[in-house]
This record gives sequence, structure tokens and C-alpha cells, in this order.
Amino acid sequence: MQYTLVAWMRDKPGVLNRVSGMLRRRNFNIDSLQVSHSETPGISRMTFVVDGDERVADQVVKQLRKVVDVTAVEDITERLAILRELALIRVRTTPATRGEIMQFAEIYRAQIVDVNAENLVVQAVGTEDKVDSLIDLLRPFGIEEMVRTGRVALCRGDERPKRKKQPTSIFKAAASLNGSGHGDQE
Amino acid sequence: MALAKREPEDSGYDLGPQEFTGSQMIWESLLREGVRIVFGHPGGAILPAYDALAEYEADGRIHHVLVRHEQCAAHMADGFARATGDVGVCIVTSGPGATNLVTGLATAQMDSVPVVAITGQVPTNLLGTDAFQESDVVGVSQPVCKHNYLVTDIAELPLVMKEAFYIAREGRPGVVLVDICKDVQIESGTFRYDFEISLPGFEPWPEYSPEAVQDAADLLNKSERPLILAGHGVHLSNTSEELLQLVEKAGIPVVTTLLGTGNIPETHPLSLGMGGMHGEAFANRAVQACDVLIAMGMRFDDRITGRLDRFAANAKIIHFELDKAEVGKNIVPDVAVVGDLADTLPAYLPLVEDRRHQEWVDTLNEWRSETDEADIIQFEVEELIPPYVIRQLWHATERTDKRVIVVTDVGQHQMWESQYYIHEQAGMLLTSGGLGTMGYALPAALGAQMSDPGALVWCVAGDGGFQMTLQELATIQQEKLPVKIAIINNGFLGMVRQWQQIFYDKRYVGTPILSPDYVKLADAYDIPAAAVRHPSEVVSVLEQAHATDGPFLVDFQVKEEVNVYPMVAPGAAVDELIRRPKPGHVQGYSGVQPSW
Repeated sequence: MQYTLVAWMRDKPGVLNRVSGMLRRRNFNIDSLQVSHSETPGISRMTFVVDGDERVADQVVKQLRKVVDVTAVEDITERLAILRELALIRVRTTPATRGEIMQFAEIYRAQIVDVNAENLVVQAVGTEDKVDSLIDLLRPFGIEEMVRTGRVALCRGDERPKRKKQPTSIFKAAASLNGSGHGDQE
Repeated sequence: MALAKREPEDSGYDLGPQEFTGSQMIWESLLREGVRIVFGHPGGAILPAYDALAEYEADGRIHHVLVRHEQCAAHMADGFARATGDVGVCIVTSGPGATNLVTGLATAQMDSVPVVAITGQVPTNLLGTDAFQESDVVGVSQPVCKHNYLVTDIAELPLVMKEAFYIAREGRPGVVLVDICKDVQIESGTFRYDFEISLPGFEPWPEYSPEAVQDAADLLNKSERPLILAGHGVHLSNTSEELLQLVEKAGIPVVTTLLGTGNIPETHPLSLGMGGMHGEAFANRAVQACDVLIAMGMRFDDRITGRLDRFAANAKIIHFELDKAEVGKNIVPDVAVVGDLADTLPAYLPLVEDRRHQEWVDTLNEWRSETDEADIIQFEVEELIPPYVIRQLWHATERTDKRVIVVTDVGQHQMWESQYYIHEQAGMLLTSGGLGTMGYALPAALGAQMSDPGALVWCVAGDGGFQMTLQELATIQQEKLPVKIAIINNGFLGMVRQWQQIFYDKRYVGTPILSPDYVKLADAYDIPAAAVRHPSEVVSVLEQAHATDGPFLVDFQVKEEVNVYPMVAPGAAVDELIRRPKPGHVQGYSGVQPSW
């Protein structure tokens, strides 16, 4: 089964390496991993899709929590959440197929973001299932290039992870030392 | 002495803002952390720090021990840390200096030993250019560290140093490496040490759940055949005494892991000694027969569990553990009590009923006596065999009133030591249990002796492992340390040879090993030494070693092809053991009664 995990971490050089190194070292099977800024400056947010059973997911959460720069980890698999992925797909076109491709895109509420004589780029946003099925439809036309972001997730309303507010004193301590440094996080 | 949770001591040093160079900041931080001894080896990228060290060495505030190989600096810091319960510190240069550390750091990390390693790094403007003696030390050491840092800005240095010690010490101890660029060591900046550490998400001391403690008590109180499996965590949390109270109140027999050796005195009637791959048959049988297994401060390593799906198959499992990630990693317990044993054991004790479990204890004693008859310690004293040497070493050290520390290397002699030496308390035995690092014993013994010059420290090593780090004999003389060294010299990489004999049709590939004349070698370092070839010489040579002020080396030239028994084959269940051969067979065991 697939588990969706969200982790917050101090935005420091090498933190992605710390996390991905731990996952590789412990032989965990990760389907996708996505990193971005969070609402808090200085804190990054990672979304993981873990393939395995409950015990594996539990171990991934616990081992992530042991990474010192990781500030919080939540398993949101059971929560009501908005799960999305963005894909950019360059599809080969001929004058005969272009209309059909654009129809498919429209059905999936995907956008055409680039058009050339020989191809066009479809931008699809949705759950992985939806993106998968659009890709299946487009494949016969010839997919020349493709990029997918992997899953990002945000819980709905009251389902938000109950994450403690980040203490700020570490940044204050550093800031008081070097004048600006990591910056004030408040 | 163990690393229990504690309030930081006031070092008496000024914490307020002062101007220092980066190099001075390193030593000033160490002073504020209570560090007085460091193990290291200089080189280009750490030279500024060494230059600054002069003033701290001159007035005796810090003593630097020059090692002969950086790996040994880490092992010495490890031995120092295990013997004191506080952080051991090593300092080396960039590139090869730092990569040489890695084995020692991995050894300490696997066994939860607090070590802080400081490495020099090329200047910031050369980072990433494949500069001379540059290596990505943070990248290389990351998998074997609890945490590590690269310092490229002097403003961060004091905070990083304080965090490094905090992380190494707090919770389950471990290794922290701080890689400091050369230009940062040279620059000046403001040093202060009065800030509070705040690491969101770092939870070293999780609060235990009283409900879980109650559940653990309920399970135990219903049990007819309970058993405790006690690991390194008992020693690290300094709870041997609480464990003994629990054992005696509830009448629970105890099996230990290798690193849990001595958690309760091995002379105690409820002590079954070590379990696992080379544990006694009755100890492993107890694990398989118990109905409640209480695992304390241990992580169900494959060397203790054998085949996982048949491990303690009849038992409900209670897991007392500080590190949440160890709960459910290898074994899913029925009850998990996450927290510091120093908190959870005192909470557990009043909830457990006074019991004797007489029937269970009688059964275990019966098994123990069967083992005695069938396969334990019947030595043919005509030939010099390792178990006999180890037992005599115990007798010899038993008579001293000094604190005794035995440091073993890795291999057959390590298992014989754990079987035939009688450990009266936790922390008597220092050994590389998790990583199994050959070459550990000599430098770790040095580190332990540095921490306690009055202790009687025995380094017990095989001829293979000893040759991996024997260059540190020079360090022993340099520091005038009275370390005693026993080499169990059987002309083979013995444990590997044993596996080849049992699992590879006796094809001894790469295992016969040549040794130098160890007495001559010791003489070259001006260390008194003796070679022993016959059992009758053992006692007198050990006496001679103890009577000698300063170091002493004994080359025990033992019978070659002796195996460690019992043995659980890798992947087998722990009760499927290969037992000791019957008296009269090979292996140097006969029906002759030992003379002791």
C-alpha cells in the first residue's frame, strides 16, 4: 500500500542528502519525494510516497524523526487531504492528431502550454491516477519528453497535522552571534 | 560509570562574549564541555587549531595524545567514553586523516558511544575543487554519525560546538563530527557559550507512558516463565541496581547481550550469562521457552535473535527502549515502554508482584547442569587452550582491588572472554559489539586507561586483530600507560577459520596468519613481554604482568584449531545450536577436570 508522509526540516545545506541517504541506507522503498519551501521561512517541507506495509511506514516515520535537522514528521495517509501532482508532457503532433490531443487535454482539464509544428506540451494537474490515465491516452500519439513533480499533499481544514509551533530560539541564538545569519523567524 | 541523564555541570569558565580565533574557540568549547584529554593527529588543514593548542597544553588545561593512526584516535575516544560515560574527543586533519577516522566512528555509533570528532577541512574558497587533502567528510561520515556539521562561517562555530556535544550526549548517545574549514580556524570572532540549545524535533528523552508501564506489569504478573534480556541500555542509563531489584523482587532470570555483559553480576543465581550466537545452550533455551520476554535497552540484533520468526516464539514481548525507532524495527513487541530506563524501571518496580517462579528457575537450573555435564569447561590442561587462558585471567584479576576493565577485540577470543570471564558489573567489558571492528582492543584499552590511570586495564586480542593496530604500542610508551596486553595467538584468523571449517568444508582460504615474534616486537617498544606455550606457565606469567609497573605483553601461543561453542549458525533459530564436542573428541576438550 502507498503511504503519504510529510516532513518538515531545517533548511540547511545537505539536509536533502541526509534524508535521502537515510532512506537508501535503510533500504526503504520510496515511490516519490518532493521538496519545497513551507509557510515558515527556514523550514522546508518534503512529501514522501512510501510503498510498503504499516510496519515499513512506521519505521520510515521513526527514522525520519531521528534525523536531527528534521523538525516534524506526519503520516497523513488516513487523513482527508488534497493530493496533487503536476506533469508536463510533450506530445508529438500532426495536423490530423492535434485536435484529438487537445480534446483529451480538455477532458482532463489540462492546459496546452506550448505549441510547435511537430509537438505540443500538455500541463496536467491532479491526482497521480488522473495524470496516469491522461498519459496512457496520450502515449499512442508519441510522448517525446515528460516530467512529473511527484505527489504534494495538504490536509483539508480540521485534518491539518497538529504540529507544534517551531521554537525560534535557535535562530535567535545564531542571529545574536552573527548579526543576521539565519534570520529572525518570527 | 555510565551516561545517565544529567544537568550540565558548571565548568567554571566564562560563558560571556569574548574575542577568539576559530582555533581558540575549538579548545575553549572543549574546556566548557569538561574535556581535558583529546586523541589526535595533526595535518595541514587542522594546523591552526594545533598551533593554538600550545597554550592550552602549556598550562595543562588540555592533554593531547598523539596517535599513530587516525582510526585509533576514534577508538581511543570510544574507549575513553565507554570507561567514563562521558564524551570522548578526537581531532584530525582533512582528507586521509578524516577518512581514516570512519571505521572508528562507525564502531562507536553502532554501540551508542558518545564521541565528538573534530576534523580540519580545506579553506572555504577551495571547497569542492578537489583540493589537496580535500574529501567530503560530512558526506563520507554521514551514515555513521548521529549528526555532523561543516563549519564555513566563524559566527556558527560556538553554536555548532555546543550542539555537537549536546547531540552526542543526550538521549541514545552517538557520534557527532564537526568539519571546520581552515580559514574559519584562522579568523577571529565573538565567542559565547551561554545560549540555550534548541533543536525542534530532536527528542532525546521521550516521556514514558504510565499506561504502557502498567500493561508491562500486568503481562509480567500473569507470567509463569518470565525472562529478561538486558542490553547496553541498562549500562548507559546506569540502572544495573534497579534491574537487580526487579530481578530479585519478581524472581526473573536474566540473559544479557554482549554489550549488556555484567548488567547483573554473573555470579548471581538468576544470571544465565550471554545469549545469542555464542551464548550458552541453557540461556538460548530459556529465550525460546519463556512466556514473557522483557527486553531492556537492546535492539534485537541478529546475533542475539538468530532466525527472527522463531525467536522467543512462545513469549509475549515487552520492550523497554529509549530509541523509538528501535521499537518494531526487528521485533514487534506486545508492549513497548519507550523512555529512559532510569525513569521507567523505578516506575515499573512497584507495579510488579513479589514472585519466585520456582518451577521455572528449577527447570533452568536443570538445563544449566545438563549443559555443564555435556559441554562446558572441561579442559584438557595438557595443551594451552584459549578458554583456560581466559578463565585464569579472570582468577588473576579477581584478586586485585583495582577497578578492572577488560577490552576485547573481535573474533574467537572475544566470545571466549564473554563466556569464561566472570563479569561482576556493567562496564567491565569494553568491546566492539555492533560493528565488530578488528583492531579495536589496543587503542580502546589505551583510551580507557587514559581516563583512569589507576585501573587495571587488560587488552585481550587475537593475533589477527592485534596486528591491525599494533602501531599504538608506541602511544602506550609515549603516554607511559600500564596497559596489560594478552594476545590469544593461534596462527589463524580464528573465527573466520571456524566458519570455513563448519560451513566451507574446512577450506582455510586466507585465514592462516603469520605473526612477528611479539616478545621481540614489544622489546622494540621497550615493553616487557613473555611468551606462554604451556598451561603450567599461565598463572605465573599473569602474576608477573600484574607485578610489573607499566605495560606488559603476553603472547599466549594457544592450540590452533579450537572452536567457539556452542554456536548458532547464521539464519538458524537460537535453540538449534552446534554444541561443544563430547569429551575425548577434537577441540582440545577432554574428560580431564580442570585444575581450578
